[in-house]
Amino acid sequence: MPSEHPGPRSRTIPGAIRDPDAVRASRRRLVTEAAGTAVAATAFGIVYGLAARAAGFSIVEALAMSIIVLAGASQFAAVGFVAQGLPWIAIVLLTFLLNARHLLYSAALAPWLQGRSRAERAAMAHGLTDESFAVSLAHFKRIGWGDARGYWLGAAFIVIPWPIATLVGYLGGEAIPSPQALGLDVVFAATMACLAVAVITGRRELAAAISGAVIAVIAALATSTAIGIVAGGVVGPLVGLLVPHRPTDPSDAAPPSPEGHDEAIGVAP
Amino acid sequence: MSLDLVLLALLMGAVTYPSRAIPLLVPGVDRLPKPVLAYLRLVGPAVLAALAAASVLVVTKSGGGPGLHVGVESIAVLVAMGLVIWRRNLLLGIAAAACIVAIARAAGIA
Repeated sequence: MPSEHPGPRSRTIPGAIRDPDAVRASRRRLVTEAAGTAVAATAFGIVYGLAARAAGFSIVEALAMSIIVLAGASQFAAVGFVAQGLPWIAIVLLTFLLNARHLLYSAALAPWLQGRSRAERAAMAHGLTDESFAVSLAHFKRIGWGDARGYWLGAAFIVIPWPIATLVGYLGGEAIPSPQALGLDVVFAATMACLAVAVITGRRELAAAISGAVIAVIAALATSTAIGIVAGGVVGPLVGLLVPHRPTDPSDAAPPSPEGHDEAIGVAP
Repeated sequence: MSLDLVLLALLMGAVTYPSRAIPLLVPGVDRLPKPVLAYLRLVGPAVLAALAAASVLVVTKSGGGPGLHVGVESIAVLVAMGLVIWRRNLLLGIAAAACIVAIARAAGIA
């Protein structure tokens, strides 16, 4: 169990709260917020388990994704691509692109956690998701220092329910003889589209999303689906960067935070 | 029981973990150059939109090549997006998309 103290090199802002009761109150708020994300994670995990089963994953394969990758959007993407028989190299490349946003989260948390041991930070990194980032950074800002125990609490509310929900969804899929008849094959595309809408917070994101979609379809029709998606994912942001800078654009705020970060809704985990 | 995709999961984990860990573990990397930050912020929307569009609009024809497909699935996805904009609820949008496709197929439309 991590100690209460942030360590000598961690960020501590003036007026940081040291009163144990106040810190515990902030942790209780973190738990409340994290519990809400856990409910969403559970629902998505069940849908993911269903989709993985429908795509032909074994139960071990579906669970391995949820434990090792722990990133909902890329797991949904992998399920869709495996079902379409796309090459692994395309799946791995898209996973890298989809999960590159974690660099932003990690960079935002790093100053708060620099005082922790390297081993602990390495372990913390695995539990860094959209949701654990949002609730832990909000907690750090409330108390003014990087509370490792708070981080672990927030992460636990995603790391634990996600694989369990995957298992429930996978096993529950036995009761569904024909996933296509229930429209479950459209869940992947709908999830990706809804997530895209959720992360659009400004004109640049909108331009990147539209151009990414158009480029993907054109390139996919000309070559293959995998190449099209990679092309859209790589070139779309470049088009977005061409949109004139607007100081009030939320996409310019840095680093990302729960108050204004670029995952307006996010997907579990 | 197949275990082939466990290797894929490991590869996916191998390209995901560095994004999560490098700024936390390497001093100074937490201050990424502005152009890199700006690009990274746009990767998510672009990749997600590319995935959605290609998944719903591009199908593999019987001959093996890719072809354009505009069907009830496209309408379902558009409705889902509209619901997310309106209600800010992902699950609602996804559930609506599945329901639209299921009803259309039950009615023999799709």
